[in-house]
Amino acid sequence: MSSNTDLLKLIFGRLSLDSIPYHEPILIVTFIGVAFGGLVVLGGITYFGKWGYLWREWVTSVDHKKIGIMYMILGVIMLLRGFADALMMRAQQAMAFGGNEGFLPPHHYDQIFTAHGVIMIFFVAMPFVTGLMNFVVPLQIGARDVSFPFLNNFSFWMTTAGAVVIMISLFIGEFARTGWLAYPPVSDIIHSPGVGVDYYIWGLQIAGLGTLLSGVNLIATIVKMRAPGMSMMKMPVFSWTALCTNILIVASFPVLTAVLALLTLDRYVGTHFFTNDMGGNVMMYVNLIWIWGHPEVYILILPCFGIFSEVVSTFCRKRLFGYSSMVYATVVITILSYLVWLHHFFTMGSGASVNAFFGITTMIISIPTGAKMFNWLFTMYKGRIRFDVPMLWTVGFMLTFVIGGMTGVLLAVPPADFVLHNSLFLIAHFHNVIIGGVVFGVFAGINFWFPKAFGFKLDPFWGKMSFWFWFIGFYFAFMPLYVLGLMGVTRRLNHFDDPSLHIWFIIAAFGAVLIAVGIGSFLMQLFVSIKNREKLRDVTGDPWDARTLEWSTSSPPPEYNFAFTPVVYDHDAWWDMKQRGFTRPTEGFKPIHMPKSTGAGAILAGLAIVFGFAMIWYIWWLAIVAFVAMVAVAIGHSFNYDRDFHIPKEQVVKTEDARTRLLAKKA
Amino acid sequence: MIGAFGAQCDCCCFVCKWSRPETDQKIKRMSLKLSRGLLIAPLMLLLTGCNLVVMQPSGDVAMQQRDLILISTVLMLLIIIPVMALTVFFAWKYRQSNKDAEYDPEWHHSTKLEVIIWSAPLLIIIALGALTWVSTHKLDPYRPLDRIDAQRPIAADVKPLTVEVVSLNWKWLFIYPEQGIATVNELAAPVDVPINFKITSDSIMNSFYIPALAGQIYSMAGMETKLHAVINKEGVYKGFSANYSGDGFSDMHFKFHGLSQADFDQWVAKVKADGATELGRSEYLDLAKPSTAVPVEYYNSVDPELYHAILNRCVEAGTMCMDEMMMMDHMRDKKGGKSHDEHAELFPSLERSEVGICSVEGYSPASASEKEMPAAKL
Repeated sequence: MSSNTDLLKLIFGRLSLDSIPYHEPILIVTFIGVAFGGLVVLGGITYFGKWGYLWREWVTSVDHKKIGIMYMILGVIMLLRGFADALMMRAQQAMAFGGNEGFLPPHHYDQIFTAHGVIMIFFVAMPFVTGLMNFVVPLQIGARDVSFPFLNNFSFWMTTAGAVVIMISLFIGEFARTGWLAYPPVSDIIHSPGVGVDYYIWGLQIAGLGTLLSGVNLIATIVKMRAPGMSMMKMPVFSWTALCTNILIVASFPVLTAVLALLTLDRYVGTHFFTNDMGGNVMMYVNLIWIWGHPEVYILILPCFGIFSEVVSTFCRKRLFGYSSMVYATVVITILSYLVWLHHFFTMGSGASVNAFFGITTMIISIPTGAKMFNWLFTMYKGRIRFDVPMLWTVGFMLTFVIGGMTGVLLAVPPADFVLHNSLFLIAHFHNVIIGGVVFGVFAGINFWFPKAFGFKLDPFWGKMSFWFWFIGFYFAFMPLYVLGLMGVTRRLNHFDDPSLHIWFIIAAFGAVLIAVGIGSFLMQLFVSIKNREKLRDVTGDPWDARTLEWSTSSPPPEYNFAFTPVVYDHDAWWDMKQRGFTRPTEGFKPIHMPKSTGAGAILAGLAIVFGFAMIWYIWWLAIVAFVAMVAVAIGHSFNYDRDFHIPKEQVVKTEDARTRLLAKKA
Repeated sequence: MIGAFGAQCDCCCFVCKWSRPETDQKIKRMSLKLSRGLLIAPLMLLLTGCNLVVMQPSGDVAMQQRDLILISTVLMLLIIIPVMALTVFFAWKYRQSNKDAEYDPEWHHSTKLEVIIWSAPLLIIIALGALTWVSTHKLDPYRPLDRIDAQRPIAADVKPLTVEVVSLNWKWLFIYPEQGIATVNELAAPVDVPINFKITSDSIMNSFYIPALAGQIYSMAGMETKLHAVINKEGVYKGFSANYSGDGFSDMHFKFHGLSQADFDQWVAKVKADGATELGRSEYLDLAKPSTAVPVEYYNSVDPELYHAILNRCVEAGTMCMDEMMMMDHMRDKKGGKSHDEHAELFPSLERSEVGICSVEGYSPASASEKEMPAAKL
């Protein structure tokens, strides 16, 4: 009997039938939904015979545009998951008053708020900004792809693999119950002996690798592959913010990797980096994770600042006010973002001078941020503003973000933080900047660049619906939390006694419902736009009369982006070209050198999922096999010399002639 | 008994009591009264709900923290309101359909404006930064109080009350070393008497927070944080953990009683009378086992060494205290070459013993060297 158990342990590690949460009705229903949806999708692909197409054109593609689009799809899918968590939390807190314990016991509720934070930051916001950068940056700087196309594909699939690992925790085992940063001692092996924290660790390690490599890739792309004439100070602001963001990624993600590796050692081999005993120190973990964590929020917001800059100048039909000060502000924020991490834990008992130093550095960041705000403002001044959907998001951002910025600076005053830290005021603050900044920015970006990616605009009616529901929903959902914070209500509580708080939670829940309608409207917008694509079609490639190079090519761009590499003379290169009466060359095409698709990235990521899963469940043999396989595939891929090809001249001519005819027909 | 929470939430007052006269005077001194009146109005509307305890606390420290929130907010609104107003105004004025508005597509630079948009926030931040530096030092939780409230400095003969706070899974233990009592999930203190909290944790990190009294500070195992505060009004206030610590976190709250001196003495007597047992090491180990929504408990006496043992993680018999181990490490270094004095020079902050692990108070090297290090724990 016992040898039988030993054998099972050897084969399955910690995994057993009990690991499947069949006693949780919410999860069972979710699983049935997911399984059914998955079967429909898989069945559909098989029925229409699309497997080969998917594999050749998408999974193995190294085209930065397709990878960018796949990042956005990942972001939308994970947004639905993360938002489902948010709705459950809001519902729980709106219900659980007095004797009512709500519908989520702590065991489940704590997983939900942890998953919500992890998913929204790592698997919604990150894929969204990475996706937009991936799609836009090479086009915007006049390049044909990124510097390392295979690496790009690999990065995407690793991010997806991380998301898959996190999603597996929903149906096999459990997720962490630690909060999104998994502070020890809650996350150590004594207090979290289950698989939850291990899902967290391996999910983030796998995705983090993808993020880091994509950062390296985009830095190299921006530094080395700009079109001739595009000096750094003529580069579009979005590309500038992308550069700064990727520098932040490359400099900060290794810290996350290291701190998670140390936590892994604590949990797996019994070291004492962050334990209570034997000289371990939890303060070290908190410091290290925030040395990554604070730059992380700027990683998310900087590209969105870039999006707003592009949108504002395009829709005001006016050159961006104060380009250089915009660039300097971005660089200053990049540097300062490393000097503020301690403001996340003033309450840890550092001395007054240390706290004051970090408080003041935090406030200093508001100066360049304020300058940016004024620059957008003065771009609107003497402009001709069209209120298309991207511009709505931008104005919504300008009004919302300043409130979040103000409460942020307030929290940077250490004695004020002592009374507001970890309260719902803090929750309201960071949702104020992340929704008001990142989410609004991403939606502005999606509405702005969608016609570039697909050749037709998004439906404006549902776009406006989506904006207004999000905008108003945000205020309903989070202003009550500011109030609750001032009432001394702390975060992550599962139930409440004081009935006077109840009304505010109900308002907040109502706000969450409005946001749900906003998300629904966005999905409707996609559906309606695809249905009416012929009506919304744009053949010019420049539907907004925009300013930067990505609008000079067709929509969607050919796989080589530009038949001829553009030459840049001024800011807003495409606007400049239009002003000077640029005519599109229609002959003299040459063959174009392009990278070849490869399946190695997807295979490596698949093996990474197996490896992560095996490590989580202590299935050592499988972990070894998967790891060796990964190394073998990576080495094997490095011997693959067949990685590029030339698009023949005839095909370029054919593609470009087709565009010439379309443009002529339109004229 | 009706506390600040209970009393004010019944009323749903439309005009909440905003500030006390003395704080108003201070704001007057900063000649911000006008702007305050104008700018706070919308904020006030938002906050007309009741029991905004952070905005109307009952302890002097929390009151100063409240003032800081108000002053900082006003300072920032000087920038925020014009920006929001201009955003709406420009968006409306320069809309595409308004052909009367000036359109200048090439206008993109103005040195004058650039100077203003960088220096205006800079000036605000200089003011706020100065305020931050001063207030952070003044309101440093480690700094002993120098006043009871805005009018009253601390009298020379006032003896502060010491309370040792231990966060357990998932309840709060309060040890009163001077009174020789201990309580679980109930805290009391006389009004207008400075309270010195020494705070640690049994295992998981929590945050000790009584909004009406003073700002929070983390409680961490093996380390001691400090908080100095005073309660100025009698009443019952909410206290809780403000840092997520696991399953029982939501029920990890307690009542803090601000009592008159006579009532406090009576309360101490009551704890002594009602408390069934002494809180010794074994009782502590029982208490430290995880439990949720724990009712109030009293102990009529406390092992005087207990808090030190909790802090140094040596409550269990046969475990070595961290301060002892650290001292042995120091002594070993001394033998090996580096003297303890050199350590002290390198790390002068160790002498301040902000974190308790470095504390070597009451330690005698002779007794430590006689003890064997227990192999089991190493």
